[in-house]
Amino acid sequence: MIEMKELRKAYTTGKVEFEALKGIDLSIKHSEMVAVVGPSGSGKSTLMNIIGCLDVPTSGEYRLEDDPVNEMTSNQLADIRNKKIGFVFQAFNLLPYATAYENIEVPLLFARVSGKKRRERVNELLARVGLADKAGNKPTEMSGGEMQRTAIARSLANDPDLILADEPTGNLDSKSGGEIVKIFHELWSAGKTVIIITHDMNIAEQAQRIIRLKDGLVEGNGNLA
Amino acid sequence: MVPLLSLKQFFNDMRRQKLRTLMTTFGIFWGTCAIVLLFAFGKGITEAQLKSQRGLGENIAIFWPGITSKEFKGLPKGRRIRFTEDDIAMIKARATTVSRISPEYSRWSVTIKHGKNTYNQQVIGIWPEFGEMRNIIPDVGSRFINDLDIAGRRRVIFIGDRLKEDLFGSEPAVGETILLDGVPFTVIGVMKEKKQDSSYSGRDNRKGFIPSSTFKTMYSARRLNDFVVQCKPELTMKQTKDEIYGILGGRYKFDPTDTEALSVWDTTEGFAFLKTFFMAFSAFLVGIGVATLITGGIGVTNIMNVVLEERTKEIGIKMALGARKSMILSQFVVETLMITAVGGLSGFLFAYLIVSIFPYLNLDEFIGVPMIDTSIGLLAVVLIGIVGFTAGIFPARRAANLQPVQALKLF
Ligand SMILES: Nc1ncnc2c1ncn2[C@@H]1O[C@H](COP(=O)(O)OP(=O)(O)O)[C@@H](O)[C@H]1O
Ligand SMILES: [Mg+2]
Repeated sequence: MIEMKELRKAYTTGKVEFEALKGIDLSIKHSEMVAVVGPSGSGKSTLMNIIGCLDVPTSGEYRLEDDPVNEMTSNQLADIRNKKIGFVFQAFNLLPYATAYENIEVPLLFARVSGKKRRERVNELLARVGLADKAGNKPTEMSGGEMQRTAIARSLANDPDLILADEPTGNLDSKSGGEIVKIFHELWSAGKTVIIITHDMNIAEQAQRIIRLKDGLVEGNGNLA
Repeated sequence: MVPLLSLKQFFNDMRRQKLRTLMTTFGIFWGTCAIVLLFAFGKGITEAQLKSQRGLGENIAIFWPGITSKEFKGLPKGRRIRFTEDDIAMIKARATTVSRISPEYSRWSVTIKHGKNTYNQQVIGIWPEFGEMRNIIPDVGSRFINDLDIAGRRRVIFIGDRLKEDLFGSEPAVGETILLDGVPFTVIGVMKEKKQDSSYSGRDNRKGFIPSSTFKTMYSARRLNDFVVQCKPELTMKQTKDEIYGILGGRYKFDPTDTEALSVWDTTEGFAFLKTFFMAFSAFLVGIGVATLITGGIGVTNIMNVVLEERTKEIGIKMALGARKSMILSQFVVETLMITAVGGLSGFLFAYLIVSIFPYLNLDEFIGVPMIDTSIGLLAVVLIGIVGFTAGIFPARRAANLQPVQALKLF
């Protein structure tokens, strides 16, 4: 599903150039569940943003389902983000003025899903993450766990094959975090490809494979013993 | 069709961001309203002034007798120069720069009587052209003195609207007989009310106007009080004055350059002043208008910038969820257009409302009747719209051109 070769990403702040990814080779298959771990600043988020087509690499190759992402137009990338990838952020990134229902609806609106189907889908997703009774709540009226469940429901809106989560439990207490991890597990069981960045080894150990990043390079990459 | 995300999304966004939408709409409302009103009142004042100046007549000059101040061909200075109706006929026949001319005989205190009402008022003897020159317009069912009246020395009289009220009240006057110093005259017309601020011998609204020939016979008058000239519209009064000085100078033997020989009031000089004044006034209005627009524009821009942070993040989120760049931009475009349309239209309507109730406040004597200039309103809306649009679209474009993650992290 994902193939990366010699992938590099450099950030330029003022005159200083900093290479956050220094040549990543990576391969992730369909229906895998992968945990990405590594110290802070090792380039985990940078890598995840590139996988999720939220950012572009400075050099190197990235193929998503055998299509070269480097060669895609911005509209093609938008459509991929809309339909093929579900992204869950540490900071939730919900629209602050919209209700849970409306937030989940957004990707469906971009996909031009018709009114009735949209309603069914949003309600189905709300039920799936256990928020049927919070449909009308705005982010300010929800707990962290509820916000993250809303974000997960939103990431699943157009039934993507690939779910990416960047420290999804980083802002949550362990109980809410546990519920979130459970949902990702279920998704994987249902056949989705799931990639989670985490600091929590308990969570990482639930994955099939752990990718260890250090200083912008893959340090360890293999099945858990 | 614009690739709008969807009407639902669009209205949701507008509804949720109430404050911003409201403030921006209000900014445009206010700017448009202020500018439309400014120009409406400016135009009202200008028109009122010009109109009252026109009450005297356009492009006219009045000539009175004078006293020579230069010796001429052996004749001493200090001679009185007066003129007769024949001189006016001669000027009319010879002058090429004159479009209209009329002699004016005048008697200040004529007893005018109708029934029990008696008034002492000014009566003047004039030619038909006098009416056209001096903007004396007959009211409905009326007429002014005509050529037949002159030829037949008819005892007919045209009266000012106030004089008519004094004599007849609300009763009809045309066709009635009134007595001028005991002599019966038939009323043939009443002047339509007009605004007149300047005059040289009292307001027209209390005068009686009779044919010059009738006046001459009745009062055995030989000398004119004055005569009124209108120059051809494409020429200047200076040319007409020079020509008349030439003609009368030849007739009465005075130096045509002796300005004292005739006493002249050239009303076009005052008009020229008024026109300059109102040109300056208009420039002033334009200045205030531009300042208002700039202030309004800055206001709108500020509001847009206040929400820039929020908006950039919002754009980042939407892009991360799969919005195409065109969807995001078209939302901004439509949003700005709607805000501008609603703000501009309501501002215009509000101004219109104020202007419509204005006549009922009875203030028109001082500042005239404000008149709305639709094109100014349109221009104001368009300009403020452009400012607001620019303020909104450039940050939006910048954000939409970023990678989603950059937009999310920008602030
Ligand atoms: N937008 C950016 N501009 C400059 N440097 C950045 C930017 N984003 C990340 N970095 C740097 O790149 C390195 C990797 O960051 P990141 O991928 O966020 O690490 P992690 O998620 O593993 O903590 C860090 O040193 C960080 O400071
Ligand atoms: Mg990170």
